Amino acid sequence: MSPARRFPPAAQALIDGDRRALARLITGAENDDPGAREVLRAIYPHTGHAWLIGLAGPLGVGKSSLINALLAHVRSLGKKVAVVAVDPSSPFSGGSVLGDRIRLDRPPDDPGIFIRSMATRGHAGGLARATREVVRLLEAAGFGIVLVETVGSGQVDVEIRQVATTSVVVLVPHLGDEVQTLKAGLFEIADVFCVNKSDLPGADRARRDLAELASLGSVDPGWRVPVVATSTTIPSGIPELWQAIEAHEHYLDSSGKRLEGERRRLTQEILALAESRFVADLSRDPSLPRRVEPVLAHRIDPETAARRWWQERRKGRA
Amino acid sequence: MPAAKKQPPIRVLIAKPGLDGHDRGAKVVARALRDAGMEVIYAGLRQTPEAIVQAAMEEDVDIVGLSILSGAHMALIPKILELMRKERSGRIPVFVGGIIPDEDARQLRKLGVKAIFGPGASLEEIVKSAKRLAGRAS
Ligand code: B12
Ligand SMILES: Nc1nc2c(ncn2[C@@H]2O[C@H](COP(=O)(O)OP(=O)(O)OP(=O)(O)O)[C@@H](O)[C@H]2O)c(=O)[nH]1
Ligand SMILES: [Mg+2]
Repeated sequence: MSPARRFPPAAQALIDGDRRALARLITGAENDDPGAREVLRAIYPHTGHAWLIGLAGPLGVGKSSLINALLAHVRSLGKKVAVVAVDPSSPFSGGSVLGDRIRLDRPPDDPGIFIRSMATRGHAGGLARATREVVRLLEAAGFGIVLVETVGSGQVDVEIRQVATTSVVVLVPHLGDEVQTLKAGLFEIADVFCVNKSDLPGADRARRDLAELASLGSVDPGWRVPVVATSTTIPSGIPELWQAIEAHEHYLDSSGKRLEGERRRLTQEILALAESRFVADLSRDPSLPRRVEPVLAHRIDPETAARRWWQERRKGRA
Repeated sequence: MPAAKKQPPIRVLIAKPGLDGHDRGAKVVARALRDAGMEVIYAGLRQTPEAIVQAAMEEDVDIVGLSILSGAHMALIPKILELMRKERSGRIPVFVGGIIPDEDARQLRKLGVKAIFGPGASLEEIVKSAKRLAGRAS
């Protein structure tokens, strides 16, 4: 990066590979600090090329264990790799216990790895609000591969597609009925299926079932969703899982789909950011309390009140 | 962007250094801090001093909490404090819990440990201590 561009000092430290600066900026992005905003603006032109690999799937299927195995594999290929592990915040206290790190053991002196845990802080959909910004900071710090673990949940987290260039949906043998109910959702998000815990009985069956589902076609007709069996305990299938991920990334480049996906993700991101501003602005509108009264008295319904408010604001009379 | 900005949550690393399998206390404390609204990074068992210091840096925590019931505290804690200073994390307050005899506790305080809690310590006191150490005394 040419020094003539004059980045803010924190951005320069980030680009120079100062890990502490990176860690602080991530906190800043999570907290929506003005300093971090400034850095994000400055680095934005230099981001957008990272491989963002999302791992989604039900609670306890082995997402963190797989990330641990992938970390070692990707490092053995000589590439820098970062991990963002998201866990839910308690809706009651706002606090959380972020436990994915338990599974991640790596040489602590390896500067080619960076691991960060994040809480959802009330954001729905399995990810934290600032995930995309955190990923950009990691990319600016030289982490061209970022593995993102979403909140384990009963449903598959559709929002992973909002971040990831490649979404890996992780399942385990004997999810039988669950797979059936997930089916529609799964196809909306999976670029790669992973049947983990394939050391347990029923793995072949699960793999066949999924392969059959995958052969019915995916959202992207040009990409046939591969099904990879893995075990982190044996271990087995980890190089194959990485090959499937790489194959999808290469497909994105050769087909031109990377740009298409990025356009979709950025559209969503801008919409969401604008929406939060609109909502903040609306909730401060002094006319709001008086608009509630006729609805409370059941003279007009909520939809009518909202529509009138909208129309009046558009005419600039609010 | 919320209209009125709330204080961001306090981030705490809870780790168990050394070969110590007693994890009840660490888990109980992690949950208590979570219930007080903090984000607790639970690093789990058998952490080396190097891994703990690395995690504290990457996670940019406000406090580091160590739980040791194995008796190895005088070997492990000074090592961690020293590494933290070396890695420019010396300003992060460290508090400790577990089986720590009084004489050792005195020495550890001298070395920079901010607070020490033993068996039966009240969770309320631990939460208060964490808030104080993070500069958020209520
Ligand atoms: C339960 C227990 C076990 C269970 C552990 C289960 C588990 N997963 O945790 C089992 C049976 C496995 C076990 C095994 C052993 N144990 Co044992 N065990 C205990 C016992 C009876 C209670 C510990 C406990 O869970 N307390 C409940 C929790 C909630 O309390 P706590 O951990 O003290 O935590 C509180 C505070 O210390 C503090 N705190 C703790 N951590 C942190 C962290 C922070 C950041 C903060 C702020 C506060 C804080 O807050 C907590 C809430 O008040 C203690 C005796 C005792 N009274 O402490 C012995 C004891 C700890 N064990 C002991 C020993 C020697 C062993 C063994 C080596 C063999 C043996 N003799 O049994 C093995 C080793 C296991 C291993 N791999 O390390 C000795 C340790 C001696 C020493 N350090 O000098 C003790 C003290 C018994 C004794 N008097 O001899 N043990
Ligand atoms: N038998 C077997 N167990 C595994 C395998 N991979 C992970 N596990 C175990 O499954 C449990 C959950 O593993 P994690 O990696 O924490 O799973 P996770 O999906 O990250 O869990 P959450 O983050 O809580 O949703 C642990 O007890 C692992 O040891 C595997 O390949 N085979
Ligand atoms: Mg996990």
